[in-house]
Amino acid sequence: MTSNMTSDATGTAATAATGTDPVRSAAMALGDDALILSHRLGEWAGHAPVLEEEVALANIALDLLGQARLLLSMAGDEDELAFLREERSFRNLQLVERPNGDFAHTIARQLYFSFYQHELYSELAAGDGPFAPLAAKAVKETAYHRDHAEQWTLRLGDGTQESRARMRAALDELWKYTGEMFQPVDGLEGVEWPALEERWLATVGAVLERAGLTLPEGPRTGAWAAGAGRQGLHTEPFGRMLAEMQHLHRSHPGASW
Amino acid sequence: MVTVTPESGQEAGPGTGPAQPGHGEIGDLGAQLAAAFDAAVAADERVEPRDWMPDEYRASLVRQMAQHAHSEIIGMQPEANWITRAPSLRRKAILMAKVQDEAGHGLYLYSAAETLGTSRDELLDKLHSGKQKYSSIFNYPTLTWADVGAIGWLVDGAAITNQVPICRCSYGPYARAMVRICKEESFHQRQGYELLLALSKGTEAQHAMAQDAVDRWWWPSLMMFGPPDGESAHSAQSMAWRIKRHSNDELRQRFVDIAVPQAESLGLTLPDPDLKWNEERGHYDFGAIDWAEFWDVLKGNGPCNEQRLSQRRTAHEEGAWVRDAAAAYAAKHARQADRPAARPADGTTAEPAGHPATNHEETQA
Repeated sequence: MTSNMTSDATGTAATAATGTDPVRSAAMALGDDALILSHRLGEWAGHAPVLEEEVALANIALDLLGQARLLLSMAGDEDELAFLREERSFRNLQLVERPNGDFAHTIARQLYFSFYQHELYSELAAGDGPFAPLAAKAVKETAYHRDHAEQWTLRLGDGTQESRARMRAALDELWKYTGEMFQPVDGLEGVEWPALEERWLATVGAVLERAGLTLPEGPRTGAWAAGAGRQGLHTEPFGRMLAEMQHLHRSHPGASW
Repeated sequence: MVTVTPESGQEAGPGTGPAQPGHGEIGDLGAQLAAAFDAAVAADERVEPRDWMPDEYRASLVRQMAQHAHSEIIGMQPEANWITRAPSLRRKAILMAKVQDEAGHGLYLYSAAETLGTSRDELLDKLHSGKQKYSSIFNYPTLTWADVGAIGWLVDGAAITNQVPICRCSYGPYARAMVRICKEESFHQRQGYELLLALSKGTEAQHAMAQDAVDRWWWPSLMMFGPPDGESAHSAQSMAWRIKRHSNDELRQRFVDIAVPQAESLGLTLPDPDLKWNEERGHYDFGAIDWAEFWDVLKGNGPCNEQRLSQRRTAHEEGAWVRDAAAAYAAKHARQADRPAARPADGTTAEPAGHPATNHEETQA
């Protein structure tokens, strides 16, 4: 039985989408993380602060989209899952759906997520579960994503007064979305979540220290923020994002592209 | 005043006539250099950055390469307009990779232009202030998903027709950049064709969407080759310098001859009642191009001129604090690196301002 069954008001729709197969459920959680963050990064195209970042952000978005396609295909038809589910059936972390904000917000989101994803995929790659082959390939990509986020955190934290202030504000604002990353995910039973969280805090903390910054101090858990995305509870901008993403596909039911 | 057309990087309008090699007050050495340059170019030898070259040759190349680079980065906008709405994940991946390639082409071309003694910042300032142009085709809007396919098939198709000869251009760095760019562009063109084919063979609504897009993009694509040969003042000089190898009309005809049978295979029509095979010429005849529209869009009155330039300026202005931060960080760490024992504690490399990103685009299709 999935953890969302008791508290989720739209349990029927959500259950229909996630099913009760734990592997499928985990594929959807990880696949939705990758799909939604890829979409947000894709919104930068044509708006990046420097040409190299047009290339780099698109590159990360493409890596994530590739991961999303493999993962969602483990759970069903990738396009049906991406374009025909309602908001409440998505299982991504709230962190990845947060709007891009300024470049510092995007980097803070990348820092928090890429370090999490890298730790998680490293652990999955080392195991012998159904996600091991995919994680082994993805971990090479997440190492690059992590490096990109780290380099920019150093530049922004240790750059100008303005960049430092913006980076500080972004880290603080997104901090409350980081707690749910370490809520156990059905289907990923082998993962040592508390140890993962320790490693994440240590590695992210070390980067911030080198950037002359510190880990934010606010709460990372709470009735709403902890595990909410994984249970299909999202933030307001997410619905609008989905409306844009799904509109064309839904306007032509049954069409092939 | 010289009107610069973005297409093929030529100049048209009240021109300055064929230029002489840049050796105004020359002594024997200058004359020898100019003669050696002319002979090398005539023998199809490559000119390299450290070689002597006439000032006008250098200026003409900078202008053409800058316009080309600007076209790549402005050209990201009409297609990026559909990334967030791509109707399948496969199409979304293809489109994102394509837009990313265009950013990459911009990078190669700005770098190639820098070998002539200019800088990317300087060229971007000229784009933002309207002193340099980009291809007028990008001043048309992408109204439906099918426009993504029409741009790939027609606009990239026209661009390839223009650009393949530049792979043999006399200036080495430009020619070499173009070899790589043309490979990627031809990939984009096939993807555009394949997108349109799926729509054409799809539902009635999808077919109509494809036809509408082709109807809107056909004529502007023909205009991409620039004004007719008689009105293209600098073509002669560009051809003598082996920067340009074929005339505008010659390339336009080549494109039409390729596109017509492709349209038939797509099951789509081209919006020109005068289009028909001419047995005698061995080419397709086609109708008159509306040059008034071309000049009007070039002057800034196209549907998206202001929007494109304004988005570019905004991205640049809003990114200023990011570039400043990267520059400040690089400067601090360069100072630390100057002191023998003080390598950056974090092991990072201080990179030049404005070039901060890690780039591993080679891994992408």
